[in-house]
Amino acid sequence: MRALKWFVTAFTIVFLFAPLVVVAIVSINENRYMDFPPEGFSLAWYGALWTDAEWRDAIVTSLVIATASAALAVAVATPLAYVLRAYRIRLTPLLYSLGILPFLLPPVITALALQVFWNATGHVGRIENVIIAHGVFFSTLPLIAISLGMETMDPALREAAQTLGANPRTTFRTITLPLLVPSMVTGYAAAFVLSLNEYIISFLVAGFSVQTLPIKIFNSLRYGFTPTIASVTIVFIVVAATVFTFAAMFGNLLRFLGADPATLERDRG
Amino acid sequence: MDARGGLKLEGLVKHFGDVEAVAGVDLELPPGKLISFLGPSGCGKTTMLRMIAGLEKPTEGRVYLDGADITDRPPHLRDIGMVFQTLALFPHLSVAGNIAYGIRIRGVGDRESRVRVDELLGLVSLEGMGDRRISQLSGGQRQRVATARALALAPKLFLLDEPLSALDANLREQLQVELRLLQQQLGITTIMVTHDQREAMTMSDLVVVMDAGRVEQVGPPLEVYRRPATAFVARFIGSTNLLRGRALPDGRVGVEGGALRVEGGTAAHEGDEVLISVRPEDTHLSRGETDESNGILGTVVFVRDLGELFECYVDCGLDENVVVAGSPRDRVPVEQGDRVTVRFPPQACVVVRG
Amino acid sequence: MSERRDPTPATYGVLAIPIAVLAVFFLIPFGMIVATSFYRRIQGGFYEPAFEVASWQRLLSDVFLERAAFSIGICLLAGAACIAIAFPFTYFLTRMRRRPHVALLILVLSALSLSEVIVAFTWSVLLGRAAGISNILVWLGAMNEPVAYQPSFIAVLLGLSYIAFPYCVLTLYPSLTRLDREVTEAAQTLGASPWRTFWTVVVPISRPVIMAGFLLVFVFTLGSYLIAALLGRPEHWTLSVFISDQASFNANVPFASAMAIFLTALSLVVVGVVALIESRTRRVA
Repeated sequence: MRALKWFVTAFTIVFLFAPLVVVAIVSINENRYMDFPPEGFSLAWYGALWTDAEWRDAIVTSLVIATASAALAVAVATPLAYVLRAYRIRLTPLLYSLGILPFLLPPVITALALQVFWNATGHVGRIENVIIAHGVFFSTLPLIAISLGMETMDPALREAAQTLGANPRTTFRTITLPLLVPSMVTGYAAAFVLSLNEYIISFLVAGFSVQTLPIKIFNSLRYGFTPTIASVTIVFIVVAATVFTFAAMFGNLLRFLGADPATLERDRG
Repeated sequence: MDARGGLKLEGLVKHFGDVEAVAGVDLELPPGKLISFLGPSGCGKTTMLRMIAGLEKPTEGRVYLDGADITDRPPHLRDIGMVFQTLALFPHLSVAGNIAYGIRIRGVGDRESRVRVDELLGLVSLEGMGDRRISQLSGGQRQRVATARALALAPKLFLLDEPLSALDANLREQLQVELRLLQQQLGITTIMVTHDQREAMTMSDLVVVMDAGRVEQVGPPLEVYRRPATAFVARFIGSTNLLRGRALPDGRVGVEGGALRVEGGTAAHEGDEVLISVRPEDTHLSRGETDESNGILGTVVFVRDLGELFECYVDCGLDENVVVAGSPRDRVPVEQGDRVTVRFPPQACVVVRG
Repeated sequence: MSERRDPTPATYGVLAIPIAVLAVFFLIPFGMIVATSFYRRIQGGFYEPAFEVASWQRLLSDVFLERAAFSIGICLLAGAACIAIAFPFTYFLTRMRRRPHVALLILVLSALSLSEVIVAFTWSVLLGRAAGISNILVWLGAMNEPVAYQPSFIAVLLGLSYIAFPYCVLTLYPSLTRLDREVTEAAQTLGASPWRTFWTVVVPISRPVIMAGFLLVFVFTLGSYLIAALLGRPEHWTLSVFISDQASFNANVPFASAMAIFLTALSLVVVGVVALIESRTRRVA
């Protein structure tokens, strides 16, 4: 069993890491074309990300979309999660499902639906189309995180504030909202990272005029592999790992993932 | 003492779906006293407290505070302070932040609120701990912060929902005394929910015993103990011997194996079923058969000496064994299997409702 | 006790904002593709309102049926492969101390957050002729000259498994962290080896979540676009690729819409089955 444990764990780590390691090695290859084993060491390809205007624009576009759409996702999810958990609303299961549905279905559905929608409105090829599409599609993540946060919050906290003279609005502002911040951070981080990496929705909604990083990578792949692609990949991975480490430290990442509260307490001391 | 905090409940009923949590309660509670709602879990005592706080809306009935009908007033306008069972301390605020919460949201300035917080910290013996985080406090300290927070606005009513249930036994006893002294010092009308009869006896001026959504008895703790109104009260507060019998023509009560005289009579008609409660410590034991009045013959089935207390279980042919208790110093030397006479003094026999 | 308050008109006002956003930017667009699936395609990549079933009839064509069958088949395979590794991995993960536990979770999440385009790219490098596994083997002297393992069926399957693996772990994670330690300890005090405990206690208890995880991976891989597009030849394309291709390069939006609705229905049925499994498990527990 110990052997199985080490084998499975090691296999998983290798499986998850292997392509990344190869790409990391390629990204510091001095040669213009990718080969293995690498010849020489160079960080030039990382520099190219900032000096090459096309790559830089794609990075900026993606960051703008991810920042704005994750904010939109949290803005949509927070009132929904709060009201559905704090009040007696008859249609709660239905409304909650509506919030979950876009993410549950294959992204190509949302992509096609919004492509048709924006075509009909004539408002095509704009960056805000992608922001709204991502905001709606990824709102499920903060919705789940904030709902969990609401569920694990002792209802007596809100009642205590009321007995101390806080009206519902003050209670929300001074107690509920501050206590939901970790859940909102977690939800924002998840939406941010997934938006940064999303391809098909961006592509169908505005792919011919708005070039996000994944679209740029995809387009470059058609002209053959270059170490630039490898280096942008590594940058991506570092950003994602950083954001999630941050979420684990300041958000309620483990609880968001559904960990048993007892597990969280264990080994803490 | 002014008449702040007089509370009147009128025909209070609360349904949760099909469940009737509170089934019609009328109560008038005097100001300045500590009143306990005592009963087993599910008896409706917490629901009563929450209706007084405004956290539950009564299905029927009214709540009056100092003569004003507050039934439809939301909790934040009720002038109450409440300590919750979970304490409900705000984890994102410091000790001082918790205590000052009610003061701050009223827009009171920093300096003024700091003075009040220091005063309150002193009141609950937490001087200098205002900057601590809640997670750094012990259970007893947390309890004190919750108390200080609830008292910060000098409310008319101080409500406590099982305030000490999270603490271990020793600390609980200590805080019971502290809380009681604090309440007497402030003279604030206080209602405490508890399922612990010792806690209720220790702290209260008045005990309201509840069962199944109804009030069984209201009275000072000792009176409730000495003169329980119902079999439930007699059993729930302390332990008791319940003797079932029938009223005899001569005014005595006939039980299996004898007839008992009850001081003051039973007010029952001949042939009616009568229930008598006698506390174990009021019950006496003698060896062998004696023809003492108010005595029943029985056999000792079990004896135990707890050091501070001596207890003897006697089978008298009744529904349950009779328990005789007393100080070990007065111990009658009996052993398992001995024939004994158990005597129930007329002045210790209390007629209770079933 | 009632922890929930009764709503006021203001409550509905607050609720109306997110619902309106979701309605305008999801429900209405979805309604539009339902309508579009009946529209008439006109030359030059456009379409006009009409009521035609031509696009729906194409769903019965051999080409589409073969695509659908292939998609379902390869996604089921990927689901099975994922569960086979992810289940024991997650089980061991939940029994680790906090530090490696969190570190591995962050690795899994980082893999989860990799863009499909990056996953496809890294695997195409790894399986390619320029800088991949075969180069390592040549370098080690095990092979004479490097070869390309992609594009191929295996490459698509590997890629799909890779992107689905983190999701699979996260589906299994909540119930495995809650698996009562004392149950496995009880089995061991009764004389079962850890290996036997795993097979006779852990796996049977977890059967519902294994099934749920398998089906969710299936739905997830059905949605993948780039893996099949980059690691496979056209005959390895899945429905998502086919839909996108029709919607963009072939400019046949009505047909893409009909296929999208088919894909939605398929996904909803599978998700419904998962919900059923979960509600039944909860009732038993």
